[in-house]
Amino acid sequence: MIAEFGQFLLVLTLGLTLVVGSLPALGVYRQQTRWMAMARPGAYLIALTLLASFICLTLCFVRNDFSVAYVANHSNSFLPVYYRIAATWGGHEGSLLLWITTLGGWMAAVALFSRQLPLPLISLVLSVMAWILIGFLLFILMTSNPFARLLPEFPLDGSDLNPLLQDLGLIIHPPLLYMGYVGFAVGFAFAIAGLLSGRLDAAWARWSRPWVTVAWCFLTIGIALGSWWAYYELGWGGWWFWDPVENASFMPWLTGTALMHSLAVTEKRGVFKAWTLLLAILAFSLSLLGTFLVRSGVLTSVHAFANDPERGLFILIFLAVVIGGSLLLFALRAHALQGTAQYQRLSREMALLANNIVLMTATTVVLLGTLFPLIGEALGLGKISVGPPYFNALFVPLAALVMAIMGVGNLLQWKQHHADVLWQKIRLPLLLSVLFGVGLPLWVWGSSKIRVAIFIALVVWVLWLMLLDLRHKACGQADFSWRRLRQLPLNYWGMLVAHIGMLVIALGIAGTYYFSVERDVRLQVGQQLQINDYVVTLQAIEAVDGANYSASRGTFSVQQGQQAAFYLYPEKRHYWVARNVMTEAAIDAGLTRDVYIALGEALDNNAWSVRVYIKPVVRWIWLGALLMALGGALAIADKRYRRTRVLPSMSASL
Amino acid sequence: MKRSLIFALPLLVFFAVAGFLWQALGKNTEVLPSALINQSFPSFQLTSLLDAQQIISDQQLQGQPAIINVWATWCPSCLVEHPLLNALAKEGVRIIGINYKDDRALATQYLQARGNPFAQVIFDDKGNLGFDLGVYGAPETYIVDAKGVIRERFVGVLTEAVWRQQLGPIYQQLVTATDVSGVKP
Repeated sequence: MIAEFGQFLLVLTLGLTLVVGSLPALGVYRQQTRWMAMARPGAYLIALTLLASFICLTLCFVRNDFSVAYVANHSNSFLPVYYRIAATWGGHEGSLLLWITTLGGWMAAVALFSRQLPLPLISLVLSVMAWILIGFLLFILMTSNPFARLLPEFPLDGSDLNPLLQDLGLIIHPPLLYMGYVGFAVGFAFAIAGLLSGRLDAAWARWSRPWVTVAWCFLTIGIALGSWWAYYELGWGGWWFWDPVENASFMPWLTGTALMHSLAVTEKRGVFKAWTLLLAILAFSLSLLGTFLVRSGVLTSVHAFANDPERGLFILIFLAVVIGGSLLLFALRAHALQGTAQYQRLSREMALLANNIVLMTATTVVLLGTLFPLIGEALGLGKISVGPPYFNALFVPLAALVMAIMGVGNLLQWKQHHADVLWQKIRLPLLLSVLFGVGLPLWVWGSSKIRVAIFIALVVWVLWLMLLDLRHKACGQADFSWRRLRQLPLNYWGMLVAHIGMLVIALGIAGTYYFSVERDVRLQVGQQLQINDYVVTLQAIEAVDGANYSASRGTFSVQQGQQAAFYLYPEKRHYWVARNVMTEAAIDAGLTRDVYIALGEALDNNAWSVRVYIKPVVRWIWLGALLMALGGALAIADKRYRRTRVLPSMSASL
Repeated sequence: MKRSLIFALPLLVFFAVAGFLWQALGKNTEVLPSALINQSFPSFQLTSLLDAQQIISDQQLQGQPAIINVWATWCPSCLVEHPLLNALAKEGVRIIGINYKDDRALATQYLQARGNPFAQVIFDDKGNLGFDLGVYGAPETYIVDAKGVIRERFVGVLTEAVWRQQLGPIYQQLVTATDVSGVKP
């Protein structure tokens, strides 16, 4: 009964979205205020029905209703209840339901938090979002109904959730990621509404900015969580694999980052309007493309659970309509846009443009690398994929370029900057960063590698110029003053924190990449392994049982110098129902280094193959991502986005 | 004019990408390039599921092409494809089952309740044969020709569409080839 009710709610939502998709937009066209006024309550209702439908599916899981096919395929009565709840989005159908529920949530949020926006604009925005929802609802109802029953012959028990997904990180990873993906729909809807109404000015940019930033924050945390999960759960100690599905989330992130910066220029200076629009369309298009790549089975990936060409065709048609349609609108309308200001070759505008170009080049690199198997096949080269070497070779220089621009961009003034004034300012930092880059690794590690040197130099460069800018802002013409520092707007602090986050990530990546030590050894109980200045001893291997698995658990003592030893307990788990074997690595986490131990295979004579890693500063990668998201949150909290009163001129002009 | 063309560029690029994606659709990635393709079926000697006294070996597979289906009672997806297997068996397709890591009594009951599409069922309770085959999980389906050489491997639920488009034609071709070359039926 619950399943049927959930399905009924989906159909009901489809009806609601048809209303919200058409009437308010028509109302704008015909200037009927009453029709436009339906958008907001409609959005609330849609969010409510979708949430209720999602809860129905969750209830089916909680109550172990294995007559529902989706539940039977992704749960099991042995599964603890929190994993059963998380299993709601553990597969294709459920994650789509989560996707659209999130979109419904974003619609309600837009309706709720944009009271100061003119009604015609908000009606168009909500209508556009409703149309996206219609596409996804049709997709769910036609090809991937999560509520479909396995009647009359249903299994007595389910086939269990994929053990890889039975983990805290994976419970919260998809919802956060989807908040980001789907959040870009808001920026997209603003762009389309702007193109349709022809109104693209500073106010438009200011309204869309916080939404884009929120979505970007969620995506940042979502990606970081995914990377952290891969690190401790896959048992290889890697934190990024350039897997198609990871790339699918990374491309919208890169584009979203470019969009945030470009929106800043459009708001402050009234230029780059067409470019900003294009980025808003692309960020969401890439989110959709990501969904397509994950769900259609055109690319082989560890994450691709649902390989069904019929679904793929539907999504492809949907993509063609949404992306093709919006790009067509862009082609027809955008060339009429005119910038309202001038700028010189050396100016902050240009620095931000350069940042955008590098970010979009990076997106293209990732896109090409991801689609390479398809392109190769189409050109008759066979099914080949390019691996991490391709991505690293192209991506690292691009990242270095972004950091170089990041440093100098802050110093530049809007409009124009004199080259000799700039040179005066950056001479000393340039020299210092080169010195640091070469000297620091020599001093700490006793060796220097050119790439590490470049990255440390860049970090010093950005940090130094950042402090220079901060001092400049705090001092003004006179002496240093705390008051002036406190009066700096929150979004300036947000930018600082986010940029520092980027530096922390760069250091984390460089440190982990160049200074990790790893050993694959055969250990018998009682044997020792010396790695760096750590002594790792296998104390015991014993059998333990969990709720739905049995495991071999190793006890390792790790001792560094004269310090007290600590213990690590990696496991090799065998899940009964899914019949999978999983490696559960044990990690002693620290700011300066992680000690990472994973059990390999049982060998003869009570011996095991064991993998031990010492990974310096690996935590910094995720810490940096958190800082970035914190920076975004600070920027959103800036009070200028929360002006509640509408100036009469603003609402009249639409 | 030239300016407006620039603004149409993203649209054109998108169509190119969409074209690539479109032609890639439906090329099923579930056909795994197995290391065993064009190799002989691994040799084995196991009991029959329905008769614990009867020994089946790889030699008995030979003589005519066969579909080899790895299944188990603990696998709900096997349940889904079972009716299709029954239908294929009725059409005269020779299907050999490998009952993978299962319980003899349960599996026998299962076949009694749902019909037995298999010409033979190999009882691989330890999963040794599955290991030799490189089985990832049930269900999995192989096509073996009359000489006992593996010609195709498919992972996942066998559906009408997969059979019609992918496995069926290969099987039919092998059957025809066998008839012509006159290997004993």
